[in-house]
Amino acid sequence: MRMSDAAALKVAGVTLSFGGVKALRDVSFEAKAGSITAVIGPNGAGKTSVFNCISGFYRPSSGQVLLDGQDISALRPPRRAALGIARSFQNIALFRGMTVLDNIKLGRHAHMKTNLLQAMLYSGAAAREEEALRRDVEERIIDFLEIDHIRNMPVSVLSYGLQKRVELARALAMQPRILLLDEPVAGMNREETEDMARFILDVKEEWGVTILMVEHDMGLIMDISDHVTVLNFGEVIAEGLPAEVQADPHVAEAYLGSGDPAALMKRLHEEAEH
Amino acid sequence: MIIGTAKESYRADEALLTTKPQRVWMAIFLAFLVIVPFSVNDYWLYMVCLMTINVVAATGLNILTGFTGQVSLGQAAFMAVGAYTVAWMERDLGTPFLVNLVGAGLAAAALGIVVGIPSLRVKGLYLAIATIAASFILHFVFVHWESVTGGNTGINVAPARIPGMELTTYFQLYWVIMPVTIIMVVAAANIFRTRIGRAFIAIRDRDISAEVLGIPLLQYKLMSFAIASFYAGVAGGMWAYFFRVVTPESFPFMMSIFLLAAIIVGGMGTILGGVVGAVFMTITPELLRFVVEWVSPWVPNAGTLLSPVRTIVFGGLIIGFLVFEPQGLAEIIQRVRRFFRLWPFRT
Ligand SMILES: Nc1ncnc2c1ncn2[C@@H]1O[C@H](COP(=O)(O)OP(=O)(O)O)[C@@H](O)[C@H]1O
Ligand SMILES: [Mg+2]
Repeated sequence: MRMSDAAALKVAGVTLSFGGVKALRDVSFEAKAGSITAVIGPNGAGKTSVFNCISGFYRPSSGQVLLDGQDISALRPPRRAALGIARSFQNIALFRGMTVLDNIKLGRHAHMKTNLLQAMLYSGAAAREEEALRRDVEERIIDFLEIDHIRNMPVSVLSYGLQKRVELARALAMQPRILLLDEPVAGMNREETEDMARFILDVKEEWGVTILMVEHDMGLIMDISDHVTVLNFGEVIAEGLPAEVQADPHVAEAYLGSGDPAALMKRLHEEAEH
Repeated sequence: MIIGTAKESYRADEALLTTKPQRVWMAIFLAFLVIVPFSVNDYWLYMVCLMTINVVAATGLNILTGFTGQVSLGQAAFMAVGAYTVAWMERDLGTPFLVNLVGAGLAAAALGIVVGIPSLRVKGLYLAIATIAASFILHFVFVHWESVTGGNTGINVAPARIPGMELTTYFQLYWVIMPVTIIMVVAAANIFRTRIGRAFIAIRDRDISAEVLGIPLLQYKLMSFAIASFYAGVAGGMWAYFFRVVTPESFPFMMSIFLLAAIIVGGMGTILGGVVGAVFMTITPELLRFVVEWVSPWVPNAGTLLSPVRTIVFGGLIIGFLVFEPQGLAEIIQRVRRFFRLWPFRT
């Protein structure tokens, strides 16, 4: 699928408060269908909070979230998942006791139909559904993300980088239309970061998924994103093409209190490193 | 088509018993279960039936507590609901016993859903307390709703009948209780081959992210309560046909603790754990009785020590497993199996 002008996801005037603290103030931006949109900003700017509002984890006090023009603000998280919103978490939320394979299979839940009676009997329909899922996970997701060798391991024994990759696999099993990635390469080394960048691009290009990504790694953002939105203290302070945003003095100010884009780059690289 | 071989391998991978040794041992075990009633005396047959009934109740509790992470101390009360349902259907409706057993399961499941409603808000200890409260409320109902339950004196239960025969002896009842139990244990294992079982485990491990993955928490928690109570109800129903009388004291609160202990000792969150836990915990007091009888020539008053010794051993087992083997007997069995690898059917 190619990028189009239609917004696949639209965040419209979202405000979110915790007690008296406003984590988000009237935040609006959109992600165009088939594109990669990066959300950047200093720590505590509200990036994860935006993701939580989109996936339904937090209820904004005002504003809307629209998926393909449909207001989904009132829907509970499982409904949104069924509509095709998938995400990975900043601090990895895999099921540590389960194997990689079971973790990934879990992602398909909302699209499956087996009911309790069919499950107890492991009826023909249930068996076929499980088998189809197994094939799809093995042949489209595990192969694609190059995690064949770990498929039967419990996730608790995997390195951080591999766990992030399994989380991406599980999100892909959800058959997403919108994929929310919260710091997908944080804590990864150069090589792992490059692998992940390649996977994210492939997901966009081959699967036609619209991607919204929180990241600190400016190099990655410059390389793969089509559009950047900058948050600071819960407000959108800039947006545009990656190069435009990078050159914007407001953005540098948000990070450093100075107007120097070079200093911003340096700071962002430092943040990405730890 | 290339898919041909791949298809078969995925199907085999998703099978309940994946290796040949597993299938052979299972066949041997089933053959053993067929031989048992012909080879043991009435006392041991009584014990086997009791164990088997407990296996059903413990497996149900394991689905709820071991797999879904919702601690319940109400399992015995749901057994009582099943037992009363059977007694009432026998007395007032005269329906066939298999229908009554299903009725017992469904009645308990319906109540289980009601008792499970607080689980969306409260967890852990608080949920356990809520299930205890439900147990005491149900006990109150059993005592006071005399027109249905017969009050404190309870209800006598007519024997289970198949055309032309009443099932009264342990030998006859075994052929009902054992097959029903096998079916229910296999059904429980099947649940965990599908999306429903995966959803339960996800809720146990991280209920918030389970929701973002598309799993509606309330629906699945209530489903787990319903299944656990259904199992308890059927177990209680079989119990009613086995003992032929149901009173408010038939299923004391202690029984709920016994069942929780059984899944802790056996292994929470594995089907095997619920089964071996129930067997082990049912048989331990009897083994102790033999020990006490055996030492009685040397120890004066050994008989009076039996009850406190039982309690101490019971408590000691729970604490011992929690501390030293939290995965339970099932994990020990897995270790032994790994030790012997595929012996003796090396492939
Ligand atoms: N559950 C919560 N309760 C209270 N405050 C929160 C909660 N989640 C986020 N916040 C606050 O909202 C602000 C934005 O946080 P977050 O969205 O995590 O930032 P980012 O992901 O950009 O680093 C922070 O000030 C944070 O302390
Ligand atoms: Mg964050």
